[in-house]
Amino acid sequence: MTELNESLEHPVYNYKVVRQFAVMTVVWGIVGMLVGVLIAAQLVWPQLNFDLPWLSFGRLRPLHTNAVIFAFGGCALFTTSFYVVQRTCQVRLISDRLAALVFWGWQLVILLAAITLPMGLTSSKEYAELEWPIDLLITVVWVLYAIVYFGTIARRKTSHIYVANWFFGAYIIAVAVLHILNSLAIPVSSFKSYSIYAGTVDAMVQWWYGHNAVGFFLTAGFLGIMYYFVPKQAERPVYSYRLSIVHFWALVAIYIWAGPHHLHYTTLPDWAQSLGMVMSLILLAPSWGGMINGMMTLAGAWHKLRSDPILRFLVVSLSFYGMSTFEGPMMSIKTVNALSHYTDWTIGHVHSGALGWVAMISIGAIYHLIPILFRKDQMYSTQLINVHFWMSTIGTVMYIASMWVNGILQGLMWRAYNQDGTLTYSFVESVEASYPGYLVRLVGGAIFFGGMLIMAYNVYMTTRRDCEQVATPVPA
Amino acid sequence: MSGFWSAWIIVLTTATFIGTIWLLFANRKTEKMREDGTTGHVYDGIEEYDNPLPAWWFHLFNITLVFGVLYLIAYPGMGNYAGLLGWTQENQLERQVAEAEERFRPMRDKYLALPVEEIGQDPVVRKMGQRMFGNNCAQCHGSDAGGTRGYPNLSDDDWIYGGTPAAIKQSITHGRRAVMPAWGPTIGEDGVTNVTAYLLSLNGRDADAEAIAAGGTVYNTFCAACHLPNASGNPALGAPNLANGIWLYGGTTEDISASISEGRNGNMPAMGEMLTEDKIHILTAWVYGLSQ
Repeated sequence: MTELNESLEHPVYNYKVVRQFAVMTVVWGIVGMLVGVLIAAQLVWPQLNFDLPWLSFGRLRPLHTNAVIFAFGGCALFTTSFYVVQRTCQVRLISDRLAALVFWGWQLVILLAAITLPMGLTSSKEYAELEWPIDLLITVVWVLYAIVYFGTIARRKTSHIYVANWFFGAYIIAVAVLHILNSLAIPVSSFKSYSIYAGTVDAMVQWWYGHNAVGFFLTAGFLGIMYYFVPKQAERPVYSYRLSIVHFWALVAIYIWAGPHHLHYTTLPDWAQSLGMVMSLILLAPSWGGMINGMMTLAGAWHKLRSDPILRFLVVSLSFYGMSTFEGPMMSIKTVNALSHYTDWTIGHVHSGALGWVAMISIGAIYHLIPILFRKDQMYSTQLINVHFWMSTIGTVMYIASMWVNGILQGLMWRAYNQDGTLTYSFVESVEASYPGYLVRLVGGAIFFGGMLIMAYNVYMTTRRDCEQVATPVPA
Repeated sequence: MSGFWSAWIIVLTTATFIGTIWLLFANRKTEKMREDGTTGHVYDGIEEYDNPLPAWWFHLFNITLVFGVLYLIAYPGMGNYAGLLGWTQENQLERQVAEAEERFRPMRDKYLALPVEEIGQDPVVRKMGQRMFGNNCAQCHGSDAGGTRGYPNLSDDDWIYGGTPAAIKQSITHGRRAVMPAWGPTIGEDGVTNVTAYLLSLNGRDADAEAIAAGGTVYNTFCAACHLPNASGNPALGAPNLANGIWLYGGTTEDISASISEGRNGNMPAMGEMLTEDKIHILTAWVYGLSQ
C-alpha cells in the first residue's frame, strides 16, 4: 500500500488523503444504502428485524441516516473539498499530518456511530443522534478540517478564491456552529446526556440544526462540488460569475431562517412559523441560482451528454436538485404542509435530494476523480458507468414517485371524514394502504443500491489495472 | 415576548430583506470586464463568464420577496405584531371546531337524549361508534375490540368494572386505575405457587392437591377481600373474576404467578379530557352493543 501511494503521489498536491476519502465514499455509500434497503424491507415485512433489538427499525434508521449523510456524503465532501481547494488555489494542503488526522478521525467517528447506534445509545436528536463523547470527537476533527482547509486557502497562489471554495467554506463554518450549538448537553454517564434545551426551544434548536444540515451540509457543500466538477467535466466556462455571487450570499443568508417550517402547527409561536415559511419560499430563487449556473454552463456542450455518462450523472443531479428545491418551498407553505407533514411525502422529498442530488453528484465527481487519483486515462468501463447512471435514475424515480403517492394518500386518508363527522379511516388503514408504495420504494432503493455495487466493481478494476502496470517492470 | 426580543426579530428580519434586495439589485447589471465575456480569472483551467442575471430568475426572486413582505403584513411574524388578518393557529382551530360542531353536533345530540340501551343496535350508532372506536380506542383494545394482553376484551360479557351502560360510560369518561398489589414479599414464593395452584383448580385445571389446599387458605386470607371468596371478582373495586378462564395478563402458570407475585397496574386513560359527552355516549352505546 505504501509503495502504491508513493507511485501515485502527485509532485505538488496531497492526493493521498483525497484518494483515501474517495475510496471510503464508495464503501460507506454501499454500507449506508444497504442499511436503507434493509429498513425499507422491514416496512414491508416487519419480521425482518428477527426480533433482535440491534436490528429493529428504530435503531437502524438513525444508522442509515448517519451513514449516508455523514459517512457517504461526508467522505464525498472531504474528497472533493481537499481536491478542489488544492487544484484551484494551486497549493498543497498545509499539513499532510493534519489531513491524515482528519481522515482517520472521521473514520473513527463513523465506526463509533456504527457501534453505538445499533446498541440503542442515542441523544434522540434527529441527524444528531450520536452521544456526547462522539460529538466531542466530531468537533475536534471538524476544527482540524477547518484549519487544513482555510489554511490552504490562505496560502493560495491565485489572486481570487474560486466560487466552489466559497460554498465549501460556508459549509465548514456553518456545520461547526450548528453541530456545537445543537449538541450542547449535560452528560450524566459515559454514554448518556441530556440536551441543555427543553420543550419547544429544544425542538426549534433541533430543526434549526436539522434544516441547516440539509442547507449547508447537503446543499452548500455539494454546490461546491458542482461548481468544480460540472465546468471541468463539460470543459466549459461557468455561466455567470455574477449569478454565483448573488445566489451564494442569498442562499447562506436565507437558509438559516428556514428551520421552523418543520414545526408548523405545533407549540412553536405563530411568528416563528410565519418567518420560517416566508424565508423558505424566498429560498426558491437562491437555490435555483446554482441549478441555472450548472445547467447553463453546458450551453454549447450538450452533445457531450450523448457520450459521457459522468456528465450525465452531474446534469441529472442538477435536475433533481432543481426539482427538490422547488418542492421544498411548496411544502413549507402551511396549507400544503397541513397535508404533507408526517406523511411519506417528506421521506420522498428528502430522497429526491439525497439520492437524486447528493448521491448522484457525488458519484459523478468520484468517477471523475478515480482515474486521476490512480493515474489512469479513464475508468475501467464507461459502459458500466452508463448502466450505473440508469440504475440510479430509475431507482430514484421509483423511490420518490412511490412516496408521493403514499404521502398524498396518507394525508388525504387522515383528514377524510364521513357525513356524520367521524373520521373515515383509522390510522392502521392508512398503513395498510401504504404497503404497495413501500414495496415499490424497496425495489427502487434496491436498484439504486445495486448501482453502487457496480460502481465498486468498476472502481476496483480501475485501481487494479494500475497495480499491474506498476508491478510489471520490476521483475524484468 | 418582551419588547426587546420583539424589536430584535423585527430588526433582523428587516435587515435580511433589505440586504437581500440590495444584493439582488446591486448585482443586476454587468459592466463587461473583457471582450470574451469572461471575468479573466482561471482556476485549474476553469473560466467564468460574467453573464447578467437571467431576467426570469430575477423576477421570480422579486415575486417571492414581495409575497414575503405582504405575508408578514397580513400574518403574525414581525415579533409582537399580530398581522392585519388577526390570524392565529389557535383561532383557526377554534373556527374549524366550531364549524364542525355546528354541522355534526345536532346529529349526535339526538342520540344523547336517548338511553344507551335503546340505541346500542341503531345502525347509525354502530357506524359512528365503530369509526370513533377505530381512531380513539383500537390502538390498545384492537380494531375488533377483542383486546390483547393487558388490554381487556370489550366484546365479551366479562367486565372488570361492570358492564352496565353507566359503568361503561364511567370507564370511558374518567378512566380506570387498577391496583393489584405485589403479594410476593408478603406471602412468599411458596404462597405464590400455592395460590396459583388454587386458582388453576378453580378453573378446572390440574394442580397439586396439597398446593391447592394450602393455596386456598392463603387466598381466603389475602385475596378474597377484593376478588371475593368464590373468586367471581368485584366490579366496584375493579377486581377481576378469577374463575372464568379469562386472564388479562395471560393464563399460563408463569403468567398467573407473576401477576400474584409482582402485581399489576393497568391504566385506562380518561377520555373525557379528549372527547365530548355526546361522543362518549355514542361510544358507550357501541361498546355496550357489542355484547348484547
